[in-house]
Amino acid sequence: MYILIAGGGKVGYHLAEELLNENHEVLVIEQDGGRAGQIRDDLGGNVLTGDACEATTLDLGGVSRADLVAAVTGDDEDNLVICDIARYRGVARTIARINNPRNELLFRKRGIETTISATQAVLAQIEQELPTQLMIPLLQLHSGLELIEIKLPETSPVAGRSVREVLLPAESLISLIVDPGGVPRMPSGDTRLNPGDALVVVSRKESLDMLREQLIGSTHGLDT
Amino acid sequence: MSSSAGNLKVVIMGCGRLGSRIAGMLDRQGHQVVVIDANESAFRRLGDSFSGLRVVGNGMDATTLERAGIESADAFMAITQGDNRNYFASQMAHEVYGVKRVLCRVYDPVREEIFRDLGLETFSPTSYGAQIMVDMLMHEPVRK
Repeated sequence: MYILIAGGGKVGYHLAEELLNENHEVLVIEQDGGRAGQIRDDLGGNVLTGDACEATTLDLGGVSRADLVAAVTGDDEDNLVICDIARYRGVARTIARINNPRNELLFRKRGIETTISATQAVLAQIEQELPTQLMIPLLQLHSGLELIEIKLPETSPVAGRSVREVLLPAESLISLIVDPGGVPRMPSGDTRLNPGDALVVVSRKESLDMLREQLIGSTHGLDT
Repeated sequence: MSSSAGNLKVVIMGCGRLGSRIAGMLDRQGHQVVVIDANESAFRRLGDSFSGLRVVGNGMDATTLERAGIESADAFMAITQGDNRNYFASQMAHEVYGVKRVLCRVYDPVREEIFRDLGLETFSPTSYGAQIMVDMLMHEPVRK
């Protein structure tokens, strides 16, 4: 595919690098001469210095034969103008990076197929990471042992199982269970684990990732 | 729309020389005028007699547009210094808020033509001014 990237900032640069690795034909349009030179040095000769919001610049870049135009400047208004002019020049597929999530509706109404909002990407990332708060370090004990509170989510792989059935990392111990009603219990092998239970666990620092995987589940982990 | 009886609600984005002048004209005609500008000091151009609303904010921002009452506006005029900003806000007014009349100033004549083809009512002071000045030159001078 021939892909035009408008904007040679961090997003544009890495996008170009990735697409070149996948053997696409790529042209980056960057307004700042110094930045354009830097991209040219790093990635080869696939850079055009100019304002992508101007139709003449897009024409110089061969916009009419582009399969895809990605507008990834930091300004939503510029990205809209670039995509609209590209579509006007006959480009079938345009992708815009949007910075204000409230602008997404406008881009959709303009027929700009996909919008990538850096803000939303970060938000999604944060939401994904939020469940790690299910695991709260309480106290560092001697000889590398830690006391951690782990709240079992609905999707916990151990929900409904008894303590005996749970495979814990070495030198780890469920020392206390506090049910959603706030009632503490000393767990025995037969104690059933329910979502919403808060487990106070003793474990080693190096076992925390495995502990998270066993009790919370891998979908909630940072390593996914 | 040709009426000057004061029955239109007009939101104007940009309170520069042109924006403030248009706002004043419409206000004197009795229309309901709301002016948006990011810079509060720009409103001094409106003068004391201006009876319309002043909204401080970025006209490309949905929240600002809503504060200016875009949802019930009959017309929107984008008159900031930035062609792309004007285009963006105009499309927002048109596509998202369904404003019937949207007028957009575009300095760049090339972009102006494209924006017009894309459905906006555009005005380019550059091409308009150029035409007038060439006409002036080809005619007898007004003053001797």
